Amino acid sequence: MAINEQYRTCQTTGLRVYKSAENLIKANAVVAVVFLLVGGLFGIMVALTRWKAVHLLPADWFYLALTAHGINLLVVWIIFFEMAVLYFASSVLLGSRLATPKWAWAGFALMLIGAIVTNIAVLQGGSSVMFTSYVPLKADPSFYAGVILFAVGALIGCFVFFGTLVIAKQEKTYEGSVPLVTFGATVAAIIAVFTIASGAIILIPTFLWSIGYVSHIDTLMYRTIWWAFGHSSQQINVAAHISIWYLISAVVLGAKPLSEKVSRGAFLLYVLFLQLASAHHLLVDPGISSEWKIFNTSYAIYLAVLGSMVHGMTVPGQIEAAQRSKGYTNGLFEWLRKCPWGNPAFSGMFVSLILFGFLGGISGVVMGVEQINLIIHNTIYVPGHFHATVVAGTTLAFMAVTYLLIPLIFQKEIMFPGMAKLQPYVFGLGVAGISVFMMGAGTLGVPRRHWDISQADAVLPYDFPGAANLMMGLNGMSAILAGVGGAMFIAVAVGSIFFGKKVDSTEAPTAVPTDENAAVVAEHGDEEHPAIPGTIVLVVVFFTSFVLYYFVNWKYLAEVWPLR
Amino acid sequence: MSVTPPKSRIWWNDSVPKSELIWVIVAFVWGLIMFFMMIYWHAYGEQNLSNEAYKITAEQFTEKTEAMTDKYTVREESGYPVVRPPPGSDVYMIARLWQWWPILELEKGQSYRLHLSSLDWMHGFSLQPININLQIHPDYEMVLTVTPTTTGEFGVVCNEYCGIGHHTMLGRIYVVDNEGI
Repeated sequence: MAINEQYRTCQTTGLRVYKSAENLIKANAVVAVVFLLVGGLFGIMVALTRWKAVHLLPADWFYLALTAHGINLLVVWIIFFEMAVLYFASSVLLGSRLATPKWAWAGFALMLIGAIVTNIAVLQGGSSVMFTSYVPLKADPSFYAGVILFAVGALIGCFVFFGTLVIAKQEKTYEGSVPLVTFGATVAAIIAVFTIASGAIILIPTFLWSIGYVSHIDTLMYRTIWWAFGHSSQQINVAAHISIWYLISAVVLGAKPLSEKVSRGAFLLYVLFLQLASAHHLLVDPGISSEWKIFNTSYAIYLAVLGSMVHGMTVPGQIEAAQRSKGYTNGLFEWLRKCPWGNPAFSGMFVSLILFGFLGGISGVVMGVEQINLIIHNTIYVPGHFHATVVAGTTLAFMAVTYLLIPLIFQKEIMFPGMAKLQPYVFGLGVAGISVFMMGAGTLGVPRRHWDISQADAVLPYDFPGAANLMMGLNGMSAILAGVGGAMFIAVAVGSIFFGKKVDSTEAPTAVPTDENAAVVAEHGDEEHPAIPGTIVLVVVFFTSFVLYYFVNWKYLAEVWPLR
Repeated sequence: MSVTPPKSRIWWNDSVPKSELIWVIVAFVWGLIMFFMMIYWHAYGEQNLSNEAYKITAEQFTEKTEAMTDKYTVREESGYPVVRPPPGSDVYMIARLWQWWPILELEKGQSYRLHLSSLDWMHGFSLQPININLQIHPDYEMVLTVTPTTTGEFGVVCNEYCGIGHHTMLGRIYVVDNEGI
C-alpha cells in the first residue's frame, strides 16, 4: 500500500524525499527547537545564579531550574533532533520510503507526552532531583513516568529507522553498502537501543519505588546502571554529530571519505566500546575495584577514544582533500582559508569539530583517568567538560545541519542570512567561554550543582579563592553570549520555517548554496590518495596539546595528599 | 561522498592512506600508554583510592563515630566536637543532611585510616583547597589511608546535590604540626 507513496525529487541533491519521512523530520526538528529554547532559558538562569554578583534565583528555584535545564537539553532537545537525523539518514539518504510511518508518529507522540509530563513534574517543584535523580532523593512519580514514556517513544523511532534500512535493502533503492552517514546513524541507533534498555532497567524500579511498590534501591547499583543510560545517551550524540560532520562536508564541499574502511572502522569501535563509559562517573565510589574502573573507564584500552581521534583527522582531512582538488593548493592552509566561512552550515560544523576535539575530547579523557578523577569528580570542571562536548560539539553540529535542512527539507529560504552567518561564531565563542571558565573554576575546587559557594549561612564556612568567583562571573557572561547565539539560531530557524519564502523548486536554494563544484569533486575522487599536509599539522598540534595536558594533570595529582 | 554509497563496492579492500595509517597507530599506542599509566600509578604513585569498602548501616556507623568522638574530643567549636585521634588510628566522619561531623584534627605527616559514610542521602566529600573529591554513599563505608602533608584549616564541601540545604553542608579538618602540641 505505502509502496506507492508520494515523493518529490530534491532539485539540489537529486535525492528522493518521501512525504511521510519529510513530515516526521519536520515535526521532530521543530519540537526539538522548542525544547532547546525552554532548556536554554533555564540554563541562562542557572549561570546567572552562579555568578556571585547577580545570584539571580533563590535556592529552591535554582535547583528546579538546574533540573529543567538538564532534562530539556541533555535529553529532550537532543533526542528529538536525533530522531529527525535518523529519519533523514535512512529514508532520505537511501531514497527509500519510511517503515511504518504510523508507528513513527506514535513514537513521536509518546516522546512529546513524556517530555511534557516530566516538565510539569519539575515545574511543580516537587521533583528538583537533577537530571540524574539519584536515589534516595525522591521525585514525583510522574517525573520518572514521563522519562520512561519518552524513552519508549525514542525506542520506537530507532526501530522505525532499522525497519527503513531493511526496506531500502529489499527494494534496492541503493547499490552496494549504505552511505557513511547512514552507517554512522546506524551506530547512533544501536547505542540508543542499549542506552534506552539501561534506562528502563533502572528507571522502572525507581518509578515503582516512588509509588511504594519497591522498598529500597541500592545507591551504588542505581549509579552504575543509571550512568549506562546517562553517559551512553551522550555517546548517541557523538555518533550522531560526527555523522553530521561527514554529512555537511559532503553536501557543502563534496568531500568524500579518505578511506571508507578507516572511517567506518572508527564508527564500529563506538558500537563495541562506548557503552563502558558508565565507569567515568564511578571512579571515586566505594565498593568497586580498581581493575573494573581502569578497564571500563578507558573503554577497554582507549579503543573508543581511538575512534574519535581517527574521526578528528579524517573529517578535516577529507575537507582538505576536497579543497585541494578544487585548486586551493598553495601552502599548508590555503584550502582552509578558502573554506566557505560565511556559510553557517560549514562554519558551525568546523567550530563544533574544533571545540569538541580540543576542549571536550581532551578534558574528557583526562578526567576519566582513574586517579586524576580524584581532583575533578563533581567539581564544576565536569559540566565544563560536557558543555564542550554536548553544547559546542553536538548542539552546534545540529544547528549547523539545520541550515541545510531548512532549504532541503522545509523548502524555505533562510531568513535573516546576515544573522545566520554570524550565529555559529557567537554561539561557539559563548560555549567555549562557558567550558573553559567552568573547567578553570573546577580546578579551584568549585562544586557543581551548588547554589551558593560563598556559603553565607553555613556554620563552618569555607572561603573559595577570589579567582573562583571571577571564573564563575566570566562563566555567567559567556552564558549570556551563548544565549544570544542560541536566540539568533532560534530566530533564524523559526523565522525561516514558519515565515520564510518558499524555495523556488526550479532553482537551487539560496543563502546556503552548496558548492557548485561539489558534484565534480565527488566524481573525480580517485584511487590515489590525496596529500593532506595541513591536516597533519593540525593533528600534530592537537596531539601535542593532548599529551601536555594529560601529564600536567598527573603533576597536579602528585601534589595532593597521599592516599592509599 | 559520505552521503552516497561507497564508489567501490568492495570498499573494505581499498588501501588506506599512509597518513591515516600512521595516525591510527600513533593513537593506538597513545591509548596503551594512557592505559598502563593508571596501572603504573597504582604501583609507584602516591594518590590511589583504596578498594576497601564495607556494607554498613547508619546505626553502626554512628556508633563507631561516636565512640571515637567520646574518646578523643579535645574541644568544641560552633557546636561541633573537635576530635584529635592518635596518629595511625581509625578516624570517622559522618555525612548527613546537612553536616560533616565531627571536626577532625590531624597531625602533619602522620597516616590515618579515614572512614566515610552517609547516614541518609548521597553526599560528595570535597576537601578544599586540596581538592580531593569522593562520592559518599549511604550503606557503604569507604576506608582510605590519608597522610596530610600540609598544615592549616581545610574545608569539607559537599559536592553531591543533597537537597535544599546542600550549600550549607560544610565540615572542617585541621592539620597541625606535632611539635606544636
